[in-house]
Amino acid sequence: MDDAGGHARWVRVSHWIGTASVLVLAVTGVLILMVHPRLYWGEAGNDLTPAFLELPISRNHQHGGWEAPRPFFARAGAPVSASRTFDIFNQNGWGRSLHFLAAWVLVVPGAIYLLTGLLGGHFRSRVWPAASELAPRAVWRHVVDHLRLRIPPATGGPRYNVLQKIAYSSVLFAAAPLMVLTGLAMSPAIGAALPWLPRLFGGYQSARTIHFFAFVALVLFVLVHVVMVAASGFRRQMRAMTVGE
Amino acid sequence: MKTTGLITRRRAIVAGLASIGGLVAARMPRDLPPSYGNLLRMGDTLTYATHRALLPAHSLVREYSLGDLTSFPATGTTNPAVSVKSALGEEYRKLQAGAFADWRLVVEGRVARPRAFSLAELKQLPARTQITRHTCEEGWTAIGQWTGVPLSHVLDAVGILPTARFVVLHSVDDWVDSLDLIDALHPQTILAYGMNGGDLPIAHGAPVRLRLERQIGYKSMKYVRRLVVSDEFDDGGMSGSIRNGWAWYNGI
Repeated sequence: MDDAGGHARWVRVSHWIGTASVLVLAVTGVLILMVHPRLYWGEAGNDLTPAFLELPISRNHQHGGWEAPRPFFARAGAPVSASRTFDIFNQNGWGRSLHFLAAWVLVVPGAIYLLTGLLGGHFRSRVWPAASELAPRAVWRHVVDHLRLRIPPATGGPRYNVLQKIAYSSVLFAAAPLMVLTGLAMSPAIGAALPWLPRLFGGYQSARTIHFFAFVALVLFVLVHVVMVAASGFRRQMRAMTVGE
Repeated sequence: MKTTGLITRRRAIVAGLASIGGLVAARMPRDLPPSYGNLLRMGDTLTYATHRALLPAHSLVREYSLGDLTSFPATGTTNPAVSVKSALGEEYRKLQAGAFADWRLVVEGRVARPRAFSLAELKQLPARTQITRHTCEEGWTAIGQWTGVPLSHVLDAVGILPTARFVVLHSVDDWVDSLDLIDALHPQTILAYGMNGGDLPIAHGAPVRLRLERQIGYKSMKYVRRLVVSDEFDDGGMSGSIRNGWAWYNGI
């Protein structure tokens, strides 16, 4: 493969469509999370059941605005009902719709990107780390160099070093598919048509929790990615990913 | 040779995406809800069209066992007798005092035999009990057992006309919403009068609420009082989900 030309045009276009979509998905995702900042495991979880994790964001965090709970059955530990008295923060009317719109923006370019990358050999030859590159000693040397901010100067595209390959592969082949699948698993209509999908993740709330942690991983990736772009020569890298070189 | 291979692949990709697009376009519902030129609602409409085109019409949601029942928050309106300040709230207070003996569900519009059902009459129709997951747009879920009459039985009893396309629901707390006939005739779409083995509690929509299991929770309207079968999409005006800033289709 000839890597002299920097990033291919389809890579540059996909990169920025993805950037715009993921930015909107992240902002609206946090907005949606703020409405119910509690995470659970399994199928069901709500303010009247214990949480796996409570995030101190938005006024809805531990608001406590509930009438006295009434048990459904006359036995100890029976499930209860309680009426909410608290006026919660909720911008989901547009937040959810914008989240799904941003996801739609990614569908067709994302499919073209993945198919082109798979079929054209881009992933195999430039993105997926070769076995020879994964020698622990070599990887460790790269890690130490990066931590000391001894970043190699920008090349304006491939070839990528092994840490870049590991990072890009983790996003493309682990975090992003996990994000899409856990997102679809939360849809009641898709869950009815494809019941194996929510089951795969252990239920609706498990899928929602995994969706959140995949988001955290992607945010960490973006932060490191932007720092590395700046450290290796911001102008050169931006030129390479926009007009190309 | 390499170049030829790339072009063939590109053609294959384009052809593949075009055929999926063509499938969606061909199987799209004839009547899409208006998006009011609103980009947000166009996304929701695309979701609706895609779900209707690609997902089976009558797939059932998962049903659970009694041991899976969970605590269940009551949100939104939890007692119309207190919170609804119109004549409907006052009427609800009187109906509630009479254990809903005088309550009626009006079913009208594009039907052969418009009718008002009492609670007892609804209970005489074949019942369905299902234990399902309520999925709130806020992010929480709860599992409850619902007993009621499938909406399809009620619609059969009044005889919907062949041109009918939507069922519009009106509630005591002045909310108007609608379903297409695929959702309205779905076997798990029921008008529930029982919850967890007892009468439907006031806080959960007594005497009758909708259970629409393949959409997000707020589409399962509480305190249903009137159904209007319609040929055309009715956005419900100022009482409808769209004018109040919410998606009409929410299977996602």
